[in-house]
Amino acid sequence: MTDTPLLQMTGIVKQFPGVRALDGVDLDVRAGEVHCLLGQNGAGKSTLIKVLSGFHQPDEGTITWDGQDAAFSTPAKAIEHGVATIYQELDLVPHLDVTENVFLGHEVSRAGFSQRSRAREMARALLARLGHAEIPVTRVVGDLSPANQQIVSMARALSHDTRLLVLDEPSAVLDQQEVANLFRVIRSLTAEGVAVVYISHRLEEIRQIGDRITVLKDGRTVATGLAVADTPTAELIRLMTGRSIEYVFPPRPETPRDQGEPVLEVRDLSLAGVFTGVDLTVHAGEIVGLAGLVGAGRSEILETLYGARRASTGTVAVDGKRLRRGSVTSSVQAGVGLAPEERKSQGLLLDEAVYRNITMSSMARFARFGFLDRGQERKRAEELTTSLDVRPTGVTRAVRTLSGGNQQKVVLARWLLRDCRVLLLDEPTRGVDVGARSEIYQLVRSLADRGVAVVVVSSEIEEVLGLADRVLVVREGEVVHESASTDIDEAKVLDLVMEERVPA
Amino acid sequence: MSQDSVRVEKEALETEREPNPVLALLRTSVGRNAGLVVALLLICLVGAITAGSRFTDWDNAMTILRLAAVVGVVSIGMTFVIIGGGIDLSVGAIVALSSVWCTTVATQELAQDIHWLWMVAVALLVGSACGLINGLLIAYGNIVPFIMTLAMLASARGLAEIISDKKTQIVSVEGFDDFFNRDILGIDVQVWLFALVSVAGWILLNRTTFGRRTVAVGGNPEAARLAGINVKRQTVYLYVLIGFCCGIAALMLVAKTTTGSSTHGSLLELDTIAAVVIGGTLLTGGRGTIVGTVLGVLIFSSITNIFILNNRSFSEQSLFKGAIIVAAVLLQQRLASRNSTT
Repeated sequence: MTDTPLLQMTGIVKQFPGVRALDGVDLDVRAGEVHCLLGQNGAGKSTLIKVLSGFHQPDEGTITWDGQDAAFSTPAKAIEHGVATIYQELDLVPHLDVTENVFLGHEVSRAGFSQRSRAREMARALLARLGHAEIPVTRVVGDLSPANQQIVSMARALSHDTRLLVLDEPSAVLDQQEVANLFRVIRSLTAEGVAVVYISHRLEEIRQIGDRITVLKDGRTVATGLAVADTPTAELIRLMTGRSIEYVFPPRPETPRDQGEPVLEVRDLSLAGVFTGVDLTVHAGEIVGLAGLVGAGRSEILETLYGARRASTGTVAVDGKRLRRGSVTSSVQAGVGLAPEERKSQGLLLDEAVYRNITMSSMARFARFGFLDRGQERKRAEELTTSLDVRPTGVTRAVRTLSGGNQQKVVLARWLLRDCRVLLLDEPTRGVDVGARSEIYQLVRSLADRGVAVVVVSSEIEEVLGLADRVLVVREGEVVHESASTDIDEAKVLDLVMEERVPA
Repeated sequence: MSQDSVRVEKEALETEREPNPVLALLRTSVGRNAGLVVALLLICLVGAITAGSRFTDWDNAMTILRLAAVVGVVSIGMTFVIIGGGIDLSVGAIVALSSVWCTTVATQELAQDIHWLWMVAVALLVGSACGLINGLLIAYGNIVPFIMTLAMLASARGLAEIISDKKTQIVSVEGFDDFFNRDILGIDVQVWLFALVSVAGWILLNRTTFGRRTVAVGGNPEAARLAGINVKRQTVYLYVLIGFCCGIAALMLVAKTTTGSSTHGSLLELDTIAAVVIGGTLLTGGRGTIVGTVLGVLIFSSITNIFILNNRSFSEQSLFKGAIIVAAVLLQQRLASRNSTT
């Protein structure tokens, strides 16, 4: 490990409409080190690596690569200079085989004819270097496990003369054994002098693999070059959140809520191959949280009980009335609302005005013989956006121009307007900055106080525990634990979701 | 928090400001339509220069409008389908089928003294029924609109040939011809019909739940579905709507030519889709205007008229029209790509 940085980024600024994604970020990476990038959702990690890999051009700031000024104008330029990025969603072509994927874009050829056997040999050598000689180079990539696909992706990165490898949450799709394997590969790469930028939410992984840490918060670098060994976890959390207490959750009501009539009753709900036998009862004014790893089936449970997916078995009832299976329309009519996980692609019409997004589910209320009273629509939307403090104000502006937190408020306003009985929230604070989070939490609690039954799904265990009255832990499509959220702590939940994970 | 928000707001406003004011204007729908008006005026100028008074006189203006009317009525329906995220290639064939079906009804022996309104009802029903078949199979059969309507294009034209035995059916039903070829205030009924359909279309798109749902379904079908909008049903309605428009167009053609024929409406899909695209409606769905479509139709029929007045061949016309479509789409993409940088 040398002290001259291989990569130095200084004062990087990147502006998107309505959001300053990066607002002065510094990062330096040395050859042969594992540099961890930490930060909450929306802190700017993804944008930063996209700037680094040539997808985005920085608006301000300088990038020095190997002692020379460099801003990579295209991803191809970045690869040429030896920067390879492996994104969360792997960019492999599923119908091509391993060899073809490894050499995609720079096929092994002579005089325009591809040299298949030589390519296969080279692919084999690369896989062996990664310690995965067992992956057959002629296998179609779509048939490989996610872990092996990741290895193929890394082989592709190494097929270029890679000096810096960026891994964006590589462990998200892996089980523990596969993670250990990944770490072995990373160590052998750094031993060869390759620098690695490692992004992960899991602090324990960073402890194991990282050399130094840079922490991002709200698009700024709050600490850089921290030595992993000397930095206590509490310090890291303080840096990420900007305060020693992690989140401010609204207080729970004094009296337990589960004495009233149940509003939402789910019995033996299953979706073939995803989850089975889910029972769930939510009373008026109660918030129930679903905790579990990504892929455990949490979102699918929510979508199925909403009718967006057709359940294989089971029933969902609201106020004692059975919902039609697989019909969102009937769920909405019965008073169920969903704030989906992917707000932009599933929740909003980005180019349409704020008020139209709000009234979208209650149009009938503003219509007479099908004719809309737009003045009334705007008036109601204005009342709602004012009470939810949506900024910038103005209900005719396109939703696209709002920040993540304000977009989420627009989605919530939609269901507020409908006076829904049951509100389903899937990752309610994803892409929402820390300040706006507590506002969202307050809002959810005040909805519950008005008698709405709320179900929350979140990857962040502390969010589930802090917000919900009752917690269900989901593991591999089954509810493995249910209790009041005050009777369980984060460590116990983690233990439950990780327990007995069968290696793939 | 409030300070932060103010900062974000200011920045949002700053990034919205456009370096090039012309591009910024063209990005709003009002600005785009103003651009189309300018284009139309330029084309008229070309017409006046090349054909002189033969272009500028009142009768020729009526000719252009009459030319525009049939295409225009169908283009209004097409605007809805395209905003709703679909496409309909079968419009020409549906027009042909509706025309021969209604003339067959009129020429059957038993029906000699049939009231002309029956012809109207049959044409509208046949058109709507074809649209219903398209819509049901697209929405509930999950067939891609392009393929479904391509199949309808072949089948409807084929059925029209079977019904008419490939013969042109000449009809002369008194009330019918009188109604559709009458002048009101010196303007052809057909032109009035186009105007009426356009105004109705504008109201439907901009002032009703139907229009709002259409935009939602085309703009983001998943978001629309999760917001509780019945996307499939709306899709069916959209194809029925364009089928109905085809029925109206068929009646206009039958009256104009006093015939029903399986060759009516050939290449109508080209003219209507082109008019809609030139009018600024996004082919990806979710955005478009009726005013733009009307202007697109007028631009197209003016160009046709100028070519005819200058004795240019149909082939040259087609060549030129193709080029215009490509130019319009290129311009649209430039505007759209600058618009979504998030």
